[in-house]
Amino acid sequence: MAAFGSFAILIALALAAYNLLAGTVALRLIAVGRPVPISPERLADTARRAGIAGFLAVTAAAFALIWSVFTNDFSITYILEHSNRALPGPYKFSALWSGQEGSLLLWAWLLSCYGFVLRLTHKTDVKLYAYAGTILAGIQVFFLLILNFAAPPFALYRGVVPEDGNGLNPLLQYPEMVIHPPMLYLGYVGFSIPFAFALGALMMRYPGEKWIRITRVWTMVTWMFLTTGIFLGMHWAYAVLGWGGYWGWDPVENASFMPWLTGTAFLHSVMMQEKKGMMKSWNVWLIFTTFLLTMLGTLLTRAGLVSSVHAFAQSSIGTWFVVFMGIVLAVCIFTYVLQRSHLKGEHRVESLVSRESSFLFNNLVLLVACFVILWGTLFPILSEYVVGNKVTVGAPFYNRVAIPIGLFLLFLTGVGPLLPWRSTSLKSIRRNFVLPVFVLWATLIVCMAVGVWPWKDGAFSSGYFYALVAYSLSAAVSTAIVSEFLRGAKVISKQTGRNLFEATYLLVRRNTRRYGGYIIHIGVVVIVIGLAGSAFNRNQEAELGLHDKLVIGPYTLEQVGATQDTNPNYDSEYAMLDVYKNGKKLYQMTPEKRVYLASNQPQTMVAIHSVPGWDLYVVYEGSNPSTGQPIIKAFLNPLVGWIWFGVAIIVFGTILALVPSLNPATAALRMPARAAPAEPALGGRHP
Amino acid sequence: MRSSRLFPHWIKGVQALALVAAVCFSLGATDASSRFNDLNHRLMCTCGCNELLGECNHVSCPMSGPEQGELSTDIAAGMNDKDILSAFSAKYGATVLAAPTTQGFDLVAWIAPFAVFAAAVLGTILLIRRWSGLAGAEAQASALAPAINDPADRERRETIRRETGIDGGF
Repeated sequence: MAAFGSFAILIALALAAYNLLAGTVALRLIAVGRPVPISPERLADTARRAGIAGFLAVTAAAFALIWSVFTNDFSITYILEHSNRALPGPYKFSALWSGQEGSLLLWAWLLSCYGFVLRLTHKTDVKLYAYAGTILAGIQVFFLLILNFAAPPFALYRGVVPEDGNGLNPLLQYPEMVIHPPMLYLGYVGFSIPFAFALGALMMRYPGEKWIRITRVWTMVTWMFLTTGIFLGMHWAYAVLGWGGYWGWDPVENASFMPWLTGTAFLHSVMMQEKKGMMKSWNVWLIFTTFLLTMLGTLLTRAGLVSSVHAFAQSSIGTWFVVFMGIVLAVCIFTYVLQRSHLKGEHRVESLVSRESSFLFNNLVLLVACFVILWGTLFPILSEYVVGNKVTVGAPFYNRVAIPIGLFLLFLTGVGPLLPWRSTSLKSIRRNFVLPVFVLWATLIVCMAVGVWPWKDGAFSSGYFYALVAYSLSAAVSTAIVSEFLRGAKVISKQTGRNLFEATYLLVRRNTRRYGGYIIHIGVVVIVIGLAGSAFNRNQEAELGLHDKLVIGPYTLEQVGATQDTNPNYDSEYAMLDVYKNGKKLYQMTPEKRVYLASNQPQTMVAIHSVPGWDLYVVYEGSNPSTGQPIIKAFLNPLVGWIWFGVAIIVFGTILALVPSLNPATAALRMPARAAPAEPALGGRHP
Repeated sequence: MRSSRLFPHWIKGVQALALVAAVCFSLGATDASSRFNDLNHRLMCTCGCNELLGECNHVSCPMSGPEQGELSTDIAAGMNDKDILSAFSAKYGATVLAAPTTQGFDLVAWIAPFAVFAAAVLGTILLIRRWSGLAGAEAQASALAPAINDPADRERRETIRRETGIDGGF
């Protein structure tokens, strides 16, 4: 199987190289328009077919690796280092992305999947798709070169093949690890598609904004995958690392967050291009930057430039990435300089207080946030280079710099949709803003009344201060968004005679993009509420003998047993803790500590009980070597569940925004109007 | 005219908020347990776990226990936060501090984000002003374009467009 896999990767490289070369020649011939013996269109089609065949070759290679994992083929070094016989089936799949070679193969396979779909749907716009397909082939060539020459996944083990493998990193033996990396990679890799379309459209001087409409679905789906991937990673960190948190501003977390920020900026600013013909250069550079940031993230973590709890593979392939990024940047700059006259926008903004301005500020804040994170991630390297002194840039830095920026972004999330296009009158400000501002102040007062003061124990608490601001803004933004739904529904209700619920449904179906977007904003608000809850986290640590108790918040934890277990994959010891509230036993929690036999590495398995108000999060830290009694650390983490719920809302909103809006005729067919109002038009009111 | 009267109030409000924020941020933790908790989250554990000192959860960690002991001793000895952080930095190296200091080249780490933010805001405002100048000329030209004559119909269309984002009927 190793030979088959290696051969498949080699074939895939040949096909991708043909796709790139034949595609480039064909597109050049088409652009020049000079008569040649071979039809450029046919040549371009052979390139496209080579891309499709490349998908089959990379799929074959991925299949070979999976097959080798499941058949315990330890003659392959990668399998030896990342799997073992006792590894449960689902985690054998995880072996595909647990190491560098496998994760690069996963990247290449996902890219070929995206490319496969793109090439199959080429009739949407044959020429534009040919450009995009050729650019994708260029990216694919890079990954396949690495897989063939720098990080071959099917390299054979030299020497006597051991009976069993070294096993999968214990940190990765958690259910989410079966789904989190593919999601994240679907996001990372997916940004190659809008990048390829943007670069292709620029190269061919594509007329109009159709390429944006074509790539919108790709971009949104990619963004949704990246969002889901990031939050699954947060949940994994929360449940596995055992420190009670979910986001530590770790370089790998930052690396995934940066393209998310620029991708989010792109999704907003393309609306300006579609609606107003503005920001064409900006959008092109946003998507170029997003693509480059996905590469930079891989470079940072793979090249060992920064250390991280999430980096499971480091090597010397950083040079490959640096060279590739250099080539991509040069191509982008060259193409932009050559074709910039094509990107002349129609820049008109009538007022500083308008929807257009809010989009600009939204982009500004997202980009500044991205800069701050990039700056913080790279500053240790910069400091070492400039003054020879490596420093740490950790959570305190980001909490001081990034959280205020995030709150400003939340403010814009509420304000932006309330501002009309072109300009804003005082009348409309009053109409749209009075209620949200009232709710903001009311929430502020209520929060302070229930004890959320910026001062805690006589000292200023930045956590409480940020929480207070976050809750007030969240309430205001939610009010603003709900008001938007209600105002629109009322207008439809007046015009069609439908009740408010039907009108709301019709409103959403008639403009899924807009209202899907609002639902995404609600999801963001819910997440912010959850994040702000971290200001009120509490924890207690104690060594618990039998029937000893630990009190945290309203809960009492009683140790009723500590035992050990074993299975072929790991040995475990765990504590059994009965949880009481108001003297009544609620449930039992069993936090666990495992030692994986193949790698002889320990791993914490946290016990979490979630309710909407908080998570009771219990860590078995091990047993005291002198007394043999378990050491338990319990956390009470308020509102964490809201974060995961918010992500579900975002996914729902994104899917809704992807659903095509009903046109008036279809809407009428699907939802026949009730009895027509007496005076249907002219904004007439019902009696 | 009305909007020009409005803005001074906004500016005063912003000034007041800035003042409150400045006062808030100038205050520091006072009692020993608050200071311990605060400093615990401004230092890194040096065992290699990449966690803040207050969040290292390794049982029998060779570093976090002694470091926290040192921290308690320093606080009890009446050292101020700056001296404690300096002492840790001198003993364990600059990487023990969870964030750059505000001295020397480290200061750049703090200044750059705010400088970029300020420059970007200024640039955006200037850009909008420039574009709004272009829009003024455009608006004059479009004023000559034919308009919907029926004011009621015009208002109805405008209401629908504004409140629902939908152009056309239902």
